[in-house]
Amino acid sequence: AAGMFLRLLSDIQWRAAHPKWRRMTRSQRSTSTTAEPHPVSLPAQAQVVICGGGIMGTSVAYHLSKMGFKDIVLLEQGRLAAGTTRFCAGIVSTARPVSIELKMAHYSNKLYQQLEQETGVQTGYMKTGSISLAQTQDRLISLKRIASSLNVMGIPCEIISPKKVLQLHPLINIHDLVGAMYVPEDALVSSANVSLALATAASRNGVQIHERTSVSHVTIQKGRVTGVETDRGRIQCKYFVNCAGQWAYELGHSGEEPIHIPVHACEHFYLLTHPLQEPLSSSLPTIVDPDGRIYIRNWQGGILSGGFEKNPKPLFTEGRNQLEIQNLQEDWDHFGPLLSALLRRMPGLEALQIMQLVNCPESFTPDMRCIMGESPTARGYFVLAGMNSAGISYGGGAGKYLAEWIVNGYPSENVWPLDLKRFGTLQSSRTFLRHRVMEVMPLMYDLKVPRWDFQTGRQLRTSPLYDRLDAQGARWMEKHGFERVKYFVPPGSDLLDLDHSKTFYKPDWFDIVGSEVKCCKEAVCVIDMSSFTKFEISSTGDQALESLQYLFSNDLDVPVGHVVHTGMLNEKGGYENDCSIARLSKRSFFMISPTDQQVHCWAWLKNRLPDDSNLVLEDVTWKYTALNLIGPRAVDVLSELSYAPMTAEHFPSLFCKEMSVGYANGIRVMSITHTGEPGFVLYIPIEYALHVYNEVMNMGQKYGIRNAGYYALRSLRIEKFFAFWGQDLDAFTTPMECGREFQVKLDKGMEFLGQEVLLEQKQNGVYKRFTMFILEDHDTDMDLWPWWGEPIFRNGRYVGKTTSSAYSYTLERHVCLGFVHHFDEKTGEKLVVTTDFINQGEYEIDIAGQRFQAKAKLYPFSSLFTQRRRKDEVELSGYQRE
Amino acid sequence: FYLTPAQVNSILKANEYSFKVPEFDGKNVSSVLGFDSNQLPANAPIEDRRSAATCLQTRGMLLGVFDGHAGCACAQAVSERLFYYIAVSLLPHETLLEIENAVENGRALLPILQWHKHPNDYFSKEASKLYFNSLRTYWQELIDLNSGETTDVREALINAFKRLDNDISLEAQVGDPNSFLNYLVLRVAFSGSTACVAHVDGVDLHVANTGDSRAMLGVQEEDGSWSAVNLSYDHNAQNEHEVERVKMEHPRSEEKSLVKQDRLLGLLMPFRAFGDVKFKWSIDLQKRVVESGPDQLNDNEYTKFIPPNYHTPPYLTAEPEVIHHKLRPQDKFLVLATDGLWETMHRQDVARIVGEYLTGVHHQQPIAVGGYKVTLGQMHGLLTERRARISSVFEDQNAATHLIRHAVGNNEFGTVDHERLSKMLSLPEELARMYRDDITIIVVQFNSRVIGAY
Repeated sequence: AAGMFLRLLSDIQWRAAHPKWRRMTRSQRSTSTTAEPHPVSLPAQAQVVICGGGIMGTSVAYHLSKMGFKDIVLLEQGRLAAGTTRFCAGIVSTARPVSIELKMAHYSNKLYQQLEQETGVQTGYMKTGSISLAQTQDRLISLKRIASSLNVMGIPCEIISPKKVLQLHPLINIHDLVGAMYVPEDALVSSANVSLALATAASRNGVQIHERTSVSHVTIQKGRVTGVETDRGRIQCKYFVNCAGQWAYELGHSGEEPIHIPVHACEHFYLLTHPLQEPLSSSLPTIVDPDGRIYIRNWQGGILSGGFEKNPKPLFTEGRNQLEIQNLQEDWDHFGPLLSALLRRMPGLEALQIMQLVNCPESFTPDMRCIMGESPTARGYFVLAGMNSAGISYGGGAGKYLAEWIVNGYPSENVWPLDLKRFGTLQSSRTFLRHRVMEVMPLMYDLKVPRWDFQTGRQLRTSPLYDRLDAQGARWMEKHGFERVKYFVPPGSDLLDLDHSKTFYKPDWFDIVGSEVKCCKEAVCVIDMSSFTKFEISSTGDQALESLQYLFSNDLDVPVGHVVHTGMLNEKGGYENDCSIARLSKRSFFMISPTDQQVHCWAWLKNRLPDDSNLVLEDVTWKYTALNLIGPRAVDVLSELSYAPMTAEHFPSLFCKEMSVGYANGIRVMSITHTGEPGFVLYIPIEYALHVYNEVMNMGQKYGIRNAGYYALRSLRIEKFFAFWGQDLDAFTTPMECGREFQVKLDKGMEFLGQEVLLEQKQNGVYKRFTMFILEDHDTDMDLWPWWGEPIFRNGRYVGKTTSSAYSYTLERHVCLGFVHHFDEKTGEKLVVTTDFINQGEYEIDIAGQRFQAKAKLYPFSSLFTQRRRKDEVELSGYQRE
Repeated sequence: FYLTPAQVNSILKANEYSFKVPEFDGKNVSSVLGFDSNQLPANAPIEDRRSAATCLQTRGMLLGVFDGHAGCACAQAVSERLFYYIAVSLLPHETLLEIENAVENGRALLPILQWHKHPNDYFSKEASKLYFNSLRTYWQELIDLNSGETTDVREALINAFKRLDNDISLEAQVGDPNSFLNYLVLRVAFSGSTACVAHVDGVDLHVANTGDSRAMLGVQEEDGSWSAVNLSYDHNAQNEHEVERVKMEHPRSEEKSLVKQDRLLGLLMPFRAFGDVKFKWSIDLQKRVVESGPDQLNDNEYTKFIPPNYHTPPYLTAEPEVIHHKLRPQDKFLVLATDGLWETMHRQDVARIVGEYLTGVHHQQPIAVGGYKVTLGQMHGLLTERRARISSVFEDQNAATHLIRHAVGNNEFGTVDHERLSKMLSLPEELARMYRDDITIIVVQFNSRVIGAY
């Protein structure tokens, strides 16, 4: 049966495509006379070695060679396009919730469309369009949100009525539908042939392709890739690209120094049928019915239908390797619910004859986003894997971005949401991956509402106070494996269960967070912020200061005890990280970064700090518990506990001092709160954590202290226009573009990374501007809530997207933060954004197709800041992301 | 009018009972893991009885089902008394002496049995003294008879059955000054009961059967499939040997009248039973006892009625047939059930349903389309039916309940049909007996690990 399928989907075209590049590789070889499996010997060295001949590997090879890279070798353990790529359903769909994924899919579609013409290889490309169905109003809202972002990207897309669905696809039962989204330019391809076409083009551009060649491991010396060991010998190389699909994890772990690539395979089933009596047209749109958990496309006059079931079957947890993916066992009982959904959607298909149930493994990642980028521990080791069953949609774009990464040092777009460095070693446990992918796979078609949290793989990293907080009603979310409190449910009150709390409207915790915010404003709250990444950098001489002065944009040569907010910028002036650095002594610094910077920031610094044994970088994240005391009475609590005056005269803002709190000595107290409210963060050696927490809570009682969570913190920081890295700030945003010139010291007397670009921007202006929007005619109780990614319209024209939003309990309005561009009305070219341009516009925010008037502001409301201590350094920073 | 699934469950589960053999140090050294039992009435009140007990002075466990007829009095008495008779029959001489001494001197008695009873399984308080005295007489005789030989289980079972039936008969003849008890012993003697009793001790399994209840062993074959092995013979007209036996015991002149319409003397379905003195006593004795008995008995047409062609009593015996079986690791469970189950289900199906339930593995062959022509609709129907089969397993926490659910609710495909189940369970009392019989089931699960180690 497997053979039959293989023949049907790809073999005919394979034979057509095969000679084209085979002839080329043959011509390089003159000695061998027979058709041996390995006609060409491997080169001794190459610039790039790509492992994996599926859609990812061939796409990377194609793009690298197009960009003029030479000496590229692609190795495939079996035959080209014979793994998951061969079995892929071949649906190219641009309807993706994450913006960068949407861009990749859009590019892929354009690439595949012209690929046949470019290469002469038939790709089976057919523009059929796709229809995503909504059985519920909530589903329709989520489709409308996607439609909004597709439209502003210029991708045709419309929300249509059930009746219109029937006109587009006569077989569909529309009785239970409330609406649908139609994307007319989505397409179908034969994914194996797309891969072969890319290979053919790459081969013409000089890429050497070797089938039946297995990579045993990659050799790494001094943190750099030096070569690849294969079953046919060694290749020296500078860059290695792991495109091994579901074997990427295995391959990453095969070397002496493991590269952690968190992917795990699940069985994925789809059905093939014989043609209908009146064969289906090959231009019939693809149907996605997420509420029924299925997709349906036309296939050779019949249909191909698969889905993402609630109870996935993970496999290869033990890492069984095999040459090509065998057609695994068909499991009809497992497919039953999906078959029911199919017949419910297309009742007319009852009499249609089954051809085969295909079982092909797909690899999934812990957060449903694919994995690309360079290993944090081995330079030159790149990864592109974990496509979460959207490999063909992402293939083109992902290959392009990765090629750009290798050639230019970074892709042309911000790909942080897909960056391998968002994961650490902690996500590479097999047990974790197995459990998590069982949650991720059904999520593909689950309703994605704001602020959902994964339920599996939890309670891995916790603060020592976890049990204490949990007992007091804490509700948790997870960041980089660390449990963090969202809010505290007061005793006696009950929240909705997980399933019922999913909403696009006002959430059930609204009042709870409101009271926590109120307490932060009027009394004092304590938030456990232990998850933040904490590094210490010290040296015997001035090396630490000198290095940091180069790597950070602000002036770090401040008096001991001062805290500096600063960006860690790249060559283009963009934020690689945004952090607070305390100068502990002349020669040592304490650096606080967002939680998910632990791997990225470490790698960034390691790669750029001079190789000097007298300069020590240490990750001390695990050593400290951080308690954030927020509110006007924090000063009273702390001074009572320490018998030290904590008032502004003695302990000014942005100050750091080691002191005793209760019985515990050596507590690092910093006068920052990450919210713009007065207060302190206490960095407590973990063995003192419980003691200090108890002391704070006891002493705080008379000042009305209470626990608070990140949702309160988030509301506080957004209403004060604080941007945070990973959400608002990224590698393509400079301090100038987000009103943070004051955190840059352009004239600090020495050169620093990104300085040139900043100077240029200071001179010529910026092309986007971080702006705060206050929603005017938005009813918090009745209207859809903004989240992030909502299009911003200025005078009716699209100018950018929001990056975060929150309800401000003080302003009693929703606040959205986002970037405004100035596109030329005729050419669409980006123009300089001036203050006047921002101020002289009428703004609207589009939430799922509904536009709300918004007032734009470039500076926060000064009335929200209760006190200002140091005029020059208003604290403007926040680290958390939802 | 339909019962909801919850209502159906509450009816099915009202009488369910489970017992797990306790573990010591995380180990169960018994060859029995435990048992599930349940009963579903059709008669009101139900005429079936069940018993289960662990022997405390000897090793082994006793389990039995009792199908009463002409009332439940006899089945009730047998369910209370038979295991004591068996236990006593198995006791070594010294223990019997010890017990007798204790009774003699008013000391506390060694406990003989530990009962495993559902709250609805009651014991008659009023008759306990009477029953005890009869039992004591029995062990005193055993003490006197001391043969010095070790007790053979087969002998013990046969002796116990016969002795209890004899005592039932005698008690009715002697009567009791207490009018309630007097009426009780007569009702016990004039009604009847079958008995199917298993005694498990290590790998030795004995089944003693009297009547048409049945014991069946569930065996798991090497390929994982289930098969059934009979451990009892039905004593009824379908059993040629039994018909032969009855004929041998009576003159040839009665040959034609002995079995009519598949019934003994044209009246009684089981060919062996406790009680039923109408088929055991002489006509004189019957008349004398009925006439001197209480009015209720005298007014009862049934008791006064003498079976036709009643020439050479007794026609009926309580003597059991005993089958001994050495348990093997592949012997996974034993089902004891009254004929209410066997009328509706084939033993092969019983073996499969219980086997799949107990192992939690539902040996449905995976479906493969292969080269067959299957439509989406056909496949959908097939999968739905397979799902129903599995979901019915998960509803039950008791193998006996699960079996009853199938016995009552199975449709032609062998899957539980809720509509049918609901209909069968909501029948009015007077109709229920026409569609089904009382069902009583005990499923004993064996400990293959222990059995394998013998």
